[in-house]
Amino acid sequence: MIRINKSAVKKYTLSLAAALCLGYFPACNHSEATEKTLPILGERQAVERVVDGKTVVDTLYHQVPDFAFVNQDSQRVTQQTFAGKIYVTDFFFTTCPTICPKMKSQMLRVYEQYKDEPNLVLLSHTIDPQHDTVAVLKDYAERLNVQTDKWQFVTGDKDSIYDVALKYMVTAMEDEQEAGGFVHSGAFVLVDENRRIRGIYDGTDPAQVDRLINDIPVLLKEKGNGQK
Amino acid sequence: MARNKFAVLALSGLLLITLTQCFTNKKNEGQRLYEANCQSCHMEDGSGLRGVIPPIAGADYLDKHRDELACLIRHGIEGPITVNGIEYNQPMPGVETMREDQITNLLNYIQTNFGNNNPRYTMPEVEKMLEKCPPHRK
Repeated sequence: MIRINKSAVKKYTLSLAAALCLGYFPACNHSEATEKTLPILGERQAVERVVDGKTVVDTLYHQVPDFAFVNQDSQRVTQQTFAGKIYVTDFFFTTCPTICPKMKSQMLRVYEQYKDEPNLVLLSHTIDPQHDTVAVLKDYAERLNVQTDKWQFVTGDKDSIYDVALKYMVTAMEDEQEAGGFVHSGAFVLVDENRRIRGIYDGTDPAQVDRLINDIPVLLKEKGNGQK
Repeated sequence: MARNKFAVLALSGLLLITLTQCFTNKKNEGQRLYEANCQSCHMEDGSGLRGVIPPIAGADYLDKHRDELACLIRHGIEGPITVNGIEYNQPMPGVETMREDQITNLLNYIQTNFGNNNPRYTMPEVEKMLEKCPPHRK
């Protein structure tokens, strides 16, 4: 009777120790486990170069090219405007009868969450520059009650806007068949300080926008680490 | 025997009525029309878009302009309007193809949902309101 008890105790102790070990190690690795990183999206190229007689392979990531637009305050907005910052961008038009109001109400959530974060900016491009002039965008931004330095609404040359949309991997084009005259995706694109695309989210889906809101600190942290 | 026949006839009649009721789905027409025509701008919860698109939920406009709403749905609206003390100025397209009974159902859905508790419309009432704004094309 006693022997059985002893072995039972032994078993119990062992399993307790095992459980403790298992509990302990994840605890140790905790900081590493939450060290989530975001993927770098888009096509990449391997570029070979020779350094000290040895061939080194560099990975060239897809990068958003230089751009120049005008914002709601008639100021020029270029890649320089976002230097050292990360940003979330989308494509819309103010008279859009379909998905834009929803996108904008979701973008407002991102705005409200991070309006005091100096290293994050929002950038909305109009895809109907003919109608959405600086004055129209100004009115729109004022009605939303958002600050220009935090949320840029830009207009510009139509072809340049459609070209840059492609570089953000977003669909945007004119289509008379579509309600409102344009076909475009409701994507929110998260861009890092090197103008690389780190996330694409459906801006009409609150769950995906939740994911974006959670991914922003991950990218901000990466940026902080890189600067050290 | 005749009695039995009658019972079968009555039962199958009842069954038919039940089935057609199930499949017409008339009951939720207001909600379906809202989802198809209004929701993308006024949102699922009727909250609209801050400063740009006026809310439907708790909007004083619905009661104050009760008699204009039918025409507003048919022909849309352009120019500034004030809802709950805030001015909005975003054109709303009309839905010319919507019939009088559909407009009635939609209005009643709007007036009694999203936390709104305004009186419902009768169809003759809506028809009368719509006389002021005949559709441009039929």
